[in-house]
Amino acid sequence: MGRVIGLVAYHVFKESVRDKVLYNLVFFAVLMIGASYLIGQLTAGQDVKIIKDLGLAASSVFGLFIAVFIGVGLVWKEVDRRSVYNLLVKPLRRHEFIIGKFAGLALTLFVNIAMMAVALYAVLGFMLWMQPGLASSAVEAPVLDEQLLKAFALLYVQLLVVTSVALFFSTFSGPMLSAAFTFGLYIVGHFNADLAHFENVVESQAAAWLGKALYYLLPNLAPFDVKAAVVHGQPVTAVYVALTAGYGLLYASVMVTLAVLVFSRRDFK
Amino acid sequence: MHAIETERLTKDYAVGFWRPRPYRALDSLSLQVGTNEVFGFLGPNGAGKTTTLKLLTELIYPTSGSISVLGKPPSHPDVRRRVGYLPEAPYFYDYLSAEELLTYFAGLFGLRGEARRKRVAGLLDKVGLGGERRLPLRKYSKGMLQRVGLAQALVNEPELVFLDEPMSGLDPLGRRDVRALILELRDRGCTVFFSSHILSDAEALCSRVAIVVGGQLVTSGRLSDILAFEVTGWELVMSDLAPDVAASLGARARKVVRISDGRYAIEVAPDGEPDRLVGELRSAGGRLVSLNPVRATLEDYFVQQVTARQATPPPGRVMSEG
Repeated sequence: MGRVIGLVAYHVFKESVRDKVLYNLVFFAVLMIGASYLIGQLTAGQDVKIIKDLGLAASSVFGLFIAVFIGVGLVWKEVDRRSVYNLLVKPLRRHEFIIGKFAGLALTLFVNIAMMAVALYAVLGFMLWMQPGLASSAVEAPVLDEQLLKAFALLYVQLLVVTSVALFFSTFSGPMLSAAFTFGLYIVGHFNADLAHFENVVESQAAAWLGKALYYLLPNLAPFDVKAAVVHGQPVTAVYVALTAGYGLLYASVMVTLAVLVFSRRDFK
Repeated sequence: MHAIETERLTKDYAVGFWRPRPYRALDSLSLQVGTNEVFGFLGPNGAGKTTTLKLLTELIYPTSGSISVLGKPPSHPDVRRRVGYLPEAPYFYDYLSAEELLTYFAGLFGLRGEARRKRVAGLLDKVGLGGERRLPLRKYSKGMLQRVGLAQALVNEPELVFLDEPMSGLDPLGRRDVRALILELRDRGCTVFFSSHILSDAEALCSRVAIVVGGQLVTSGRLSDILAFEVTGWELVMSDLAPDVAASLGARARKVVRISDGRYAIEVAPDGEPDRLVGELRSAGGRLVSLNPVRATLEDYFVQQVTARQATPPPGRVMSEG
């Protein structure tokens, strides 16, 4: 089972490596991170924070684009172009196909996020090399702060959640609709915490219940965003990272399971 | 044991968005295909051929009825390992070359290393793509993709191959190659089940055929049982024939068709004494171009069956609800 999943995953990765769109996205992300150095120069005394903030934001935005645009096409493209017919008649079960697709995109995202992290550290390293005095003047957080890795790790898990949602929609709808749904859920996911306290703002008991239900049903993405805390040197504990990542991985597993359930029952007309 | 056995196999699709109604694409198909035979599954467009192949490979699930492939249900891992499938108008990944694609698919069957490399190279040579093995598939023509499709269907050296319109998109040379390949598979002990609407292919290759029209099985059996191969007439083509001589044939000819100036195709009944007729026409100044027996073809039978079915369509193919 693991071998065939690995083969499918490897080919998702291979496809994305050969995809020019992905290169453009990664190029722009790295360019943005590089440009943050120039923008940082314009702000006296805040340059390190600006670079970290912009670097993490660029990684987050471009990571989201990669997750959604590759995620929504992963299954849909195979079904639409009927290339899936050749695969599913071979010793590859439908759940292995879906898990392989997800694993392949997870690998692609990992490499991309790693590249962006390296780019950000490179810019910060370059800055420290140009202005050695920065090390002593950075009071809130060190310039080459290892906390940044926690922000990247949580960003990665957040993108896995987004990918799983995109993959789920991709098993039964076209790319436009899937992208719209996924972006919608991404935005809603950042305001999800408000739904938990819906009863404070509405009178109706039913609406309060609905808010509560949606709170548990929709992904809660705000906890993954630790940019502000990391940039300002506030502690992000390992326990917090582990719990949040655990929630993200659980949510992604549920979405992949749902994708498997939909895909396994599907007729390829 | 049969290679393929279906029992009252039925497939309904839902048509319509707001009020979906079932559409019967395949209706109670019961079929047996023996091992080591080339079986032609014939029918006009929309007859249910591709639906049947997708049911046999479990790309779609039946509404009712049963399927047995190599003695097991089609989802059985053992069946997957022993079966090959060429979909209609196959499409593959743009980013891979034919060699990479076959290497990927061979890997799904657990082939590795040198054995995999040899299998892939051998198959590409067999389908005539050895020279283009490293070319990205997006640069392939339709015919070349069809050849890749055949190669990938054979990557596991299957015991049973399903080929959906294997000749489509191929030029005459390609069709000749595919025919030779199918016969080679049969000689190797493989069962070939192929769908087609090109009847000459079926006539040249199949030991048995089934004809489906409108989702229903019209007939199945040996070609020699379906068709009486006796001579049903003679067709002679004459040149340099005067028009009045052609016109004077009258009731002796079943049909006289003028091809060009002085050139006529004349069809006579089996007992129409073609030798004598040729002699008479020669003495009237005509020259014999050809003389051929007319036999019932699969095409005649097919046209006859299809038109009969289409004249009386089965009631309720789009069925009412409930």
